Amino acid sequence: MIDRNPPSVLILGATSEIGRAIAAAFAAAGHPLRLAARNSVRLEATCQDLCLRYGVEVTRHEFDVLAVETHAAFLEGLPDLPGVTVCVVGVLGNQRQDEQAPEAARWVMRSTYEGPASVLAEVANRYAVLGQGSIIGISSVAGDRGRASNYIYGSAKAGLSAYLSGLRGRMAKVGVQVMTVKPGFVETRMTAGLPLPPALTAQPEEVGAAVYRGWKHRKDVIYVRPVWRWIMMVIRLLPEWLFKRLSI
Amino acid sequence: MILGGWGRYPVADCRVADLRDETGARDAVLRASATLIARGQGRSYGDAALNPAGTLLTRRLNRFLAFDPQTGDLTCESGVLLDDILSVFVRRGWFPPVTPGTRQVSLGGMIAADVHGKNHHQAGPFCRHIRALDLMLADGRVVTCSPDQEPGLFRATCGGMGLTGIILRATVRLMPIETAWIRQRVIRCASLSEVMAAFAAAGDAPYSVAWIDGLSGGGALGRSVLFLGAHALRQDLPPSLRQDPLRVPERRRLSVPVPLPGAVLSPPVVRLFNGVYFRRAQEGTGLVDLDSFFYPLDAVRHWNRIYGRRGFVQFQCVLPLAASAEGLARLLAVTAAAGLGSFLSVLKLFGPGPGGMLSFPMEGYTLALDFPLSAAVPGLLRQLEAIVCDHGGRLYLAKDALMTPQTFRSGYPELPGFLAECDRVGATGCFSSLQSQRVMP
Ligand SMILES: Cc1cc2nc3c(=O)[nH]c(=O)nc-3n(C[C@H](O)[C@H](O)[C@H](O)COP(=O)(O)OP(=O)(O)OC[C@H]3O[C@@H](n4cnc5c(N)ncnc54)[C@H](O)[C@@H]3O)c2cc1C
Ligand SMILES: NC(=O)c1ccc[n+]([C@@H]2O[C@H](COP(=O)([O-])OP(=O)(O)OC[C@H]3O[C@@H](n4cnc5c(N)ncnc54)[C@H](OP(=O)(O)O)[C@@H]3O)[C@@H](O)[C@H]2O)c1
Repeated sequence: MIDRNPPSVLILGATSEIGRAIAAAFAAAGHPLRLAARNSVRLEATCQDLCLRYGVEVTRHEFDVLAVETHAAFLEGLPDLPGVTVCVVGVLGNQRQDEQAPEAARWVMRSTYEGPASVLAEVANRYAVLGQGSIIGISSVAGDRGRASNYIYGSAKAGLSAYLSGLRGRMAKVGVQVMTVKPGFVETRMTAGLPLPPALTAQPEEVGAAVYRGWKHRKDVIYVRPVWRWIMMVIRLLPEWLFKRLSI
Repeated sequence: MILGGWGRYPVADCRVADLRDETGARDAVLRASATLIARGQGRSYGDAALNPAGTLLTRRLNRFLAFDPQTGDLTCESGVLLDDILSVFVRRGWFPPVTPGTRQVSLGGMIAADVHGKNHHQAGPFCRHIRALDLMLADGRVVTCSPDQEPGLFRATCGGMGLTGIILRATVRLMPIETAWIRQRVIRCASLSEVMAAFAAAGDAPYSVAWIDGLSGGGALGRSVLFLGAHALRQDLPPSLRQDPLRVPERRRLSVPVPLPGAVLSPPVVRLFNGVYFRRAQEGTGLVDLDSFFYPLDAVRHWNRIYGRRGFVQFQCVLPLAASAEGLARLLAVTAAAGLGSFLSVLKLFGPGPGGMLSFPMEGYTLALDFPLSAAVPGLLRQLEAIVCDHGGRLYLAKDALMTPQTFRSGYPELPGFLAECDRVGATGCFSSLQSQRVMP
């Protein structure tokens, strides 16, 4: 069913395939889109595509999650305050190299936790005043437990998940929805070349559809694919003495 | 990644990479240490879109870029699916100028195979409707080609099976339609000469194709059901459909979950099916929706699995008009005698429309036969190939998995010009598929 006046949707990190897929899922339901990214001319083709396919209004905007001091002005510069804000921004980095390069590790952590949390704080405060709006943060199963193979990124996602969880508690009282999305493996630019197990790996379109459905049903936390909820439950239950010996 | 074509034969373990944008495509060609081939949806039947050394997937290169409602010109990235074009544009009153028998092909694949549709006798092949395309060459340069700009490269790329470079974007001119319906006429023909006469008489029908019984010999050799079609106008629709003439009815989709055991399509079963099909076909005229007319097989997802684990091959040839009657009779007689069970056999009369250097269509009859793979099949195909060569015909690269280099050379007289064009733009030694390695060693 299509709302008569669907709220506009802001996608932070719209150059990612997951961001594009989420944008498409909302556009298919008639939502106008605000696509944001660094160097946003790169969004031109995606804007054209979404506009041609779904006949919705699509605008693009310059946005850098690390330029935290610009976030307020960025939001003021949008055509309207979007009814839904989705933050897809995150940086995986290279765990092995980043262990030896504190500067690079900090960049991963800031891009994946500090930046997203900062911009969502600005959005949340505006939604709180209005008493409406939806905030969707793309976190990761990597944040559910720190693993030796990607704990720099994982810790940042853990921070983001905790932040969203707390924000959800605060916002629940004023009628603002906060949804945490935890994808497992997704076949994107970020994971290109990694050997991913097909049964556990989602296509970006699956994430897009799941996010839209979760938003519609006002979910708090979703896993994509859903089986990851159970996998991560088991992983979290493993005792530390065993977990630290595993090479996962 | 283990990949195959639609026939699931052959399969090969290929190094794959997704192309995401022009920059990514340039990185891929400049970094390549061996040859590469582009791959759309893998709906070609054999090994045209396989290269173990490097297969570049275009599925993520799938943006619509521009549409001009004055002319119908649609510009897309090459990985856009025909399915997407139909979903978006039929509702707005536009239809592809030429369409193959499935929606699940990419724009790049349609150009690279210069596909034909049931309207070839009027509309020519697909690439006649390509206004321009952007091709990435082996050195990373992007060249815009069209009938006026780089015409040699354009004619090499249309039907060139990915061997000139990677098609990044293209502009195709869609055609306006008033409704999402086809006025269909069904004619039963008891023999080959009858169906050929019916085709010749049906030149005015925009769409025509025949299902032909590939198993019956003797008096019933070539018995067929001919389907003619034209886009219905608004006034052709009953009042109940006139309200929303471009609405496409929902389809129920079935799926074949796993490859079926070989016995399911054994010759006796197919013979039975063909007999029932022929007798059941209702002659007469009526309205059918676009999906039922153009894409009947899409109603069953993974229908290629009905042929079992070993896969199947398709044999599609075209014979020059003058040699068609005799050549078809011989092809059908040999097939019927072999009794290997061709289930989906299709006959169509092509028009003279010129295409690219390696485009398949020529004026004459095209015949397509499916064979579930068995030890006897390659031998039969050699026999059929010889008949095709004797009659000055050729085989369709997009359907082929087994043809010999001799058959290929004999069918494609413009091959030397094609190879020269590949040399000129530096494609030789940079782009190749298992198929090109086989037929142009
Ligand atoms: C059920 C069914 C019905 C069919 N009916 C018809 C029909 O009626 N008429 C007809 O003509 N064909 C028909 N075909 C064949 C099909 O249309 C062609 O094989 C088409 O090329 C498939 O497109 P694809 O995207 O799957 O390409 P693929 O199979 O992936 O590739 C086919 C060729 O195109 C090249 N290619 C693909 N993308 C690019 C690109 N971006 N740049 C350069 N080269 C590229 C590949 O290298 C390869 O050589 C049918 C196929 C099926 C399965
Ligand atoms: N792929 C997976 O398996 C997987 C699994 C779980 C979670 N995720 C999460 O899903 C999200 C999308 O990832 P993806 O897989 O689609 O990979 P991606 O393409 O690398 O997505 C990352 C996005 O973050 C943006 N970004 C990075 N730094 C930025 C900055 N300083 N300012 C603004 N934007 C910035 C990138 O923009 P640029 O184009 O400018 O770089 C890009 O749009 C990420 O948060 C990721 O952590 C992915």
